[in-house]
Amino acid sequence: MTDKLIHALVEMQETEALQQAKQLLDSGTDPMDILDACSKAMEKVGQRFEKGEYFLPHLMMAGEMLKQISDIIKPLIKEEKSTTEKRRVLIGTVKGDIHDIGKNIVTFLLEVNGFEVRDIGIDQPPEKFVESIQEFQPQVVGMSGLLSLAFDSMKETVEAIEKAGLREKVKIMIGGGQVTEQVKDYTGADALGPNAIAGVNLAKQWIGGK
Amino acid sequence: MKERFIEISPDADEKQEERFNIWRSGEGIPFVDNDTKAAYQERVTLIKDAIQLKKKPSRIPVCPSPSCFPIQNSKITMYEAMYNYEALTKVIEEYQDEFMTDVYNGPASLVSGKMLDILDFKLFAWAGHGVAKEQEYQFVEDEYMKAEEYQDLIDDPTAFFQNSYFPRIFGALTGLQKYPVLPIVHEILCVPPAVIPFSDEDMKSALQALMKAGDEALRFRTAVGKLSRNIMGKKGIPAFGGGFTKAPFDTIGDSLRGTKGVMLDIFRCPDELKEACERLTPIMVKAGVNACRASGHLMPLIPLHKGADGFLSDEQFQTFYWPTLRKLIIGLINEGMVPHLFAEGSYNQRLDIISDLPKGKALWLFDRTDMVKAKETVGRVACISGNFPIDLLITGTPDEVRAHCKQLIESVGKNGGYIFATGAGMSGAKAANVKAMIEAAKEYGASNT
Repeated sequence: MTDKLIHALVEMQETEALQQAKQLLDSGTDPMDILDACSKAMEKVGQRFEKGEYFLPHLMMAGEMLKQISDIIKPLIKEEKSTTEKRRVLIGTVKGDIHDIGKNIVTFLLEVNGFEVRDIGIDQPPEKFVESIQEFQPQVVGMSGLLSLAFDSMKETVEAIEKAGLREKVKIMIGGGQVTEQVKDYTGADALGPNAIAGVNLAKQWIGGK
Repeated sequence: MKERFIEISPDADEKQEERFNIWRSGEGIPFVDNDTKAAYQERVTLIKDAIQLKKKPSRIPVCPSPSCFPIQNSKITMYEAMYNYEALTKVIEEYQDEFMTDVYNGPASLVSGKMLDILDFKLFAWAGHGVAKEQEYQFVEDEYMKAEEYQDLIDDPTAFFQNSYFPRIFGALTGLQKYPVLPIVHEILCVPPAVIPFSDEDMKSALQALMKAGDEALRFRTAVGKLSRNIMGKKGIPAFGGGFTKAPFDTIGDSLRGTKGVMLDIFRCPDELKEACERLTPIMVKAGVNACRASGHLMPLIPLHKGADGFLSDEQFQTFYWPTLRKLIIGLINEGMVPHLFAEGSYNQRLDIISDLPKGKALWLFDRTDMVKAKETVGRVACISGNFPIDLLITGTPDEVRAHCKQLIESVGKNGGYIFATGAGMSGAKAANVKAMIEAAKEYGASNT
């Protein structure tokens, strides 16, 4: 029943996808089933991205379609689906860097994949990361930065996390335009995600997920 | 409509030679002696030979991109660099004294902070104004043009920029909203409506802000320009750049619609996006040509952003990005210019497509692209440069830096058509690594041509 919706989402047909979602709702389909269909579609979009068939514009468009559909559907869902154990990711752009596009897209993809994400925003000092880890208790921390100057901020953030005695409790991944294996070693992070989907895969690898 | 910027014009070679001669003449530069002038001209010739692909240069020119490294390596902050012209010029001189490369890199990307303050510029955050005083400026990404406004942009780009865009990105220029658009003054009764807007108080304050900002920008340019000529005359090094323009798709994607906006437009309004890119093309050609003519140079820098691998599919690249970028390149070449294309990120997927250019007319600066592949493809028609990794300059040791220099030059530096450069600006680099890189590049570059 949701095949047409999935097809439209995967093929980037925005108008058709929204129409399908509305029709399904009107015909009495359980809103949760529609959201599940969206997740299935996103999985396929992710696969195409990994195969090199889809690129950033497709991820952006998928995000946009999904946002519009969930804006319609979320108010209709009475109970939030409670996951037995929370898989949490804390994410932010490090101190001195105000770029957020990469971070936003990773956040969106993590959420679609069932992670609970707290995005602490841009230009965040190490103290803020530490404070948020203490509060939110994530298993994974993502640090984003486009500038090469972000390398030092990432390093300082990892050191601050270590100093606060939290390093053993979290896996740390980094991402951003100039980030490489060499930078990963320099900062003391556990891994780097060369693209958005890679970031999601790292989180899955560390704390599970479909 | 006549198709322009597709074919190279018959006098392009001649025009390029003319532009190289102007650059090589060093007119207006106070050379300390004839040897220094000869050294200057030899360096221009090295770069010219590397670009034209006709002759092997006698050695590999060494031209890393300093970006904000000279400021970070000095005692002054970015704030001082943008607000104290004397302090800035001193730092630039110290950098050129300490790190002797084959070219002079003036603080082209640093502009007067006072000028920005007067205009209340919103498109960037800069030292003491949105970012810390120690920090380099950063772009503030937003949707500065709505998707519904494509038609306005297409109908009259100048009016769109002047009346809609400027009031959004310059707080002090909101009065320009009332600027009379294309006043038709061919009848006597049309004159009053063409001038009455200028009696408006908001308009007057916008025009005054522009005049004040202009004075400030000129003060900055005079200070930096004088110093630049002195350094070039003392050291015998030519300026590496002298103009700037952008790919039409990036002009829209970076500054008007934003990354998300332009990527959604690919699906939602592809025709408008394509038409707007076409509409901006002659304007971007002129921007590059005019800037180079003003500076006596011939290499407008074109930083490429959204054409990189991963940002677009091949099909999207070929549909939306490359056609008007190629036109921009051809338009510049036809005026004798050598487009200096900074391909940030990696372009491994694009190498075949971007090789479709006339021979010996452009310079590609690659960041993370596979240089061996670039040499086999783009390298057949254009000079290639770049790829020395910034992460190594920041996190590595001088020995690692030297080893990498050797490997890079040995793999792609032979047989000309190559300029040694960093993959991106050297912001954040360790001074010892920069020194090691320049020394090693000179050493291997002398024996490996």
